[in-house]
Amino acid sequence: MPDGNVLLEARGIVKRFGDLAANDDIDLSVHAGEIHALLGENGAGKSTLVKILYGSLQPDAGAVSWQGRPAVVGNPAEARALGIGMVFQHFSLFEGLTVAENIALALPPDAAGRGLAADVRAVSESYGLPLDPAARVASLPVGVRQRIEIVRCLLQRPRLLIMDEPTSVLTPQEAERLFETLRRLAGEGCAVLYISHRLEEVRQLCHTATVLRHGRVVGRPDPKTASTADLARLMVGADIEEARGRRGDGAPAGPVRLAVRGLSQTADTPFGVSLEDISLEVRGGEIVGVAGVAGNGQDELFAALSGETAAAEQAVVEIDGRPCGRAGPAARRRLGAAFVPEERMGHAAVPGMRLSENAVLTRHGTDRDISVGGVLRLGQARRLAERIVARFDVRAPPGDPEAKALSGGNLQKFVVGRELDRKPGVLAVSQPTWGVDIGAATEIRRELAALARSGAAVLAISQDLDEILEISDRIAVISRGRLSSAVPAAETTREAIGLLMGGAAD
Amino acid sequence: MTGFEAVILTIVTAATPLLIAALGELVTERSGVLNLGVEGMMIVGAVTGFAGAQLTGSPYLGVVASMIGGMALAGLFGFLVLRLAANQVASGLALTLLGLGLSGMIGEAFIGQPGLKLERIHIPFLTDLPVVGQVLFGQDPLVYASVALAVCVSRFLFRTRAGLALRAVGNNHGSAHMLGVHVIRTRFLAVLFGGACSGLAGGYLSLAYTPQWVEGMTAGRGWIALALVVFASWMPLRAAVGAYLFGGALILQFHAQAEGIPVPPQFLSALPYIATVAALVILSRDRWRARNDSPACLGQVFVPDR
Repeated sequence: MPDGNVLLEARGIVKRFGDLAANDDIDLSVHAGEIHALLGENGAGKSTLVKILYGSLQPDAGAVSWQGRPAVVGNPAEARALGIGMVFQHFSLFEGLTVAENIALALPPDAAGRGLAADVRAVSESYGLPLDPAARVASLPVGVRQRIEIVRCLLQRPRLLIMDEPTSVLTPQEAERLFETLRRLAGEGCAVLYISHRLEEVRQLCHTATVLRHGRVVGRPDPKTASTADLARLMVGADIEEARGRRGDGAPAGPVRLAVRGLSQTADTPFGVSLEDISLEVRGGEIVGVAGVAGNGQDELFAALSGETAAAEQAVVEIDGRPCGRAGPAARRRLGAAFVPEERMGHAAVPGMRLSENAVLTRHGTDRDISVGGVLRLGQARRLAERIVARFDVRAPPGDPEAKALSGGNLQKFVVGRELDRKPGVLAVSQPTWGVDIGAATEIRRELAALARSGAAVLAISQDLDEILEISDRIAVISRGRLSSAVPAAETTREAIGLLMGGAAD
Repeated sequence: MTGFEAVILTIVTAATPLLIAALGELVTERSGVLNLGVEGMMIVGAVTGFAGAQLTGSPYLGVVASMIGGMALAGLFGFLVLRLAANQVASGLALTLLGLGLSGMIGEAFIGQPGLKLERIHIPFLTDLPVVGQVLFGQDPLVYASVALAVCVSRFLFRTRAGLALRAVGNNHGSAHMLGVHVIRTRFLAVLFGGACSGLAGGYLSLAYTPQWVEGMTAGRGWIALALVVFASWMPLRAAVGAYLFGGALILQFHAQAEGIPVPPQFLSALPYIATVAALVILSRDRWRARNDSPACLGQVFVPDR
């Protein structure tokens, strides 16, 4: 247990967005050398608080002191000058630039000279997060992008490191390596403010914790002694029901509703993943989980399922026995399928459009009452959006807000809810609960299970192995564009899946 | 001087204003601002440059005046789209109309006056070399400056920290702001640089190309410069190559007419635009490249959340 001096102290922080108090009189103190967990549901105010500490938002009231002296953090550059580094939840990378350029931008000019590429390579490898400095970010998968953010922060040699859900896209092994890194940093006297929804991880790693709910501090439990259930109860304010995704009743699965036969395609970008002879069947009533490390072909597989990329032949993809390999997303939706892609902001939802308009985007082709002869019925669309918001407990500003006004987890609930609301016969979903808090994640998983029970075929692609193990009836692993055969969840183990994820032969 | 040499010489002088204006707009667009007012800034630069030279008696001070004229208009544009967050396309088009009107008003007193010409350099022996002498060693100083500018802009964008920050602002202004780059300031400076270049390109027309003031003398060159930026896929050295190709197309038009070659002049004057469309088609065949080359935040308004 570290007993360093108080490094950062925040008193009475208030931040309002319109009528919503995102932060309501929050006190927080972080000591040198401690790993301090910041817990709370989506929309509890965690991101707002750390943005204030990092200078990218200004509080309406309250004061921050740094090493005992009052400090006004006017912008992120000032925060970095103090020694505060941050890894963002929504990536703050420049897609058009290379890895090295992205990192150079965040470093002081003297550190960003010619030796930078070598530095990046050395630091990233010493912390077990290998990176190629010359690669363009646009070509890199999500997991690697997060590595860039982390390495960028480490190169700044911060006194306080703020991490907003750093492990959500890492493999268990990568996460373990990151924990070692963080422990080492803490041992060197660096403080870490750690936001995560994975309570088990918080109990393993963190020394102290502050729990937020509805913008207020509701507790400072000791994560070493508190149980996961204790922490969850503080966060949610109620007991969490254990999600029980699997059928478990041994009922025979229904007919094949989604089939992929011999899907091969060559990557169309230099850094994409080619898919090799992927075959898969999902029956009505079951959830098939696809596990794998980020960037092994999940994006390409999802695009081939949703129709964003057309297959070579019509017969490669079948939905309810009807070949649709050449069909686009709207045609596949008309066959009763629904899709939730991984990236909610910009892919699943248009940030600058209202929720009702976003609801129309995936429903106009299938819902007769929303689009009549190409003319939209906006009243119906608004009622649809309201129904989704109510049913899936989406916490959004009142009225019909733009998608970008929602926090990540709430938007995720909305885009998943939008598809579930249609009661699809086939659902393909990628990263269903990425960046979603425990309450909402449980809710989403339970809804997926309920959908499967009602006879739908559900394919869930996720990098979260715990999630795959929790919800799947059968599990397949994708590695370097190849998919292992799906095996019943009861007949496999975490270790066996881990080996396949690492690329071991089927 | 052979006929061939003369053609090359006119191509060089036709290409130079295109290149200068395109480089300025390229930097502006790399920062994420689309300024469609190039034509307006050019024509204002042409008239202030001419006026400056007449009033001071020095074509070099005229060059300075042309840059100031372009920058003044760009400053107005920057205030509108950066401070007031106005729509960039509408503001840019308005800037062109304003520039055309304003230049007519300023230039009224100078119509018909003989201009001061920016002299071509003459290096004994080198300039007198056959064939290449005049082309390589006998141009006016702005020709050399424009080529040097292309190299400097390229090095600035890809080899300096400030250039990296500028590209970052154009690529993702939200993240750049988060990292502490001053988005608005960077863009304002880029817009001013674009204005100075456009003004200079206009000044080149009224001080070197045809040393006189004629209303509307830019004759659509600002639009060609805009097309050139896209044609060059935002790369300065490609813009230099493109400027000479487009300049060649412009000159071809005159020579074809003079020689009585039966090519419709409309076709030749449309050639730069056709080339740009063709370049876009070729570039966008490679989807990955196309997505990465253009500044992702081009034309988007940035308002920092506080």
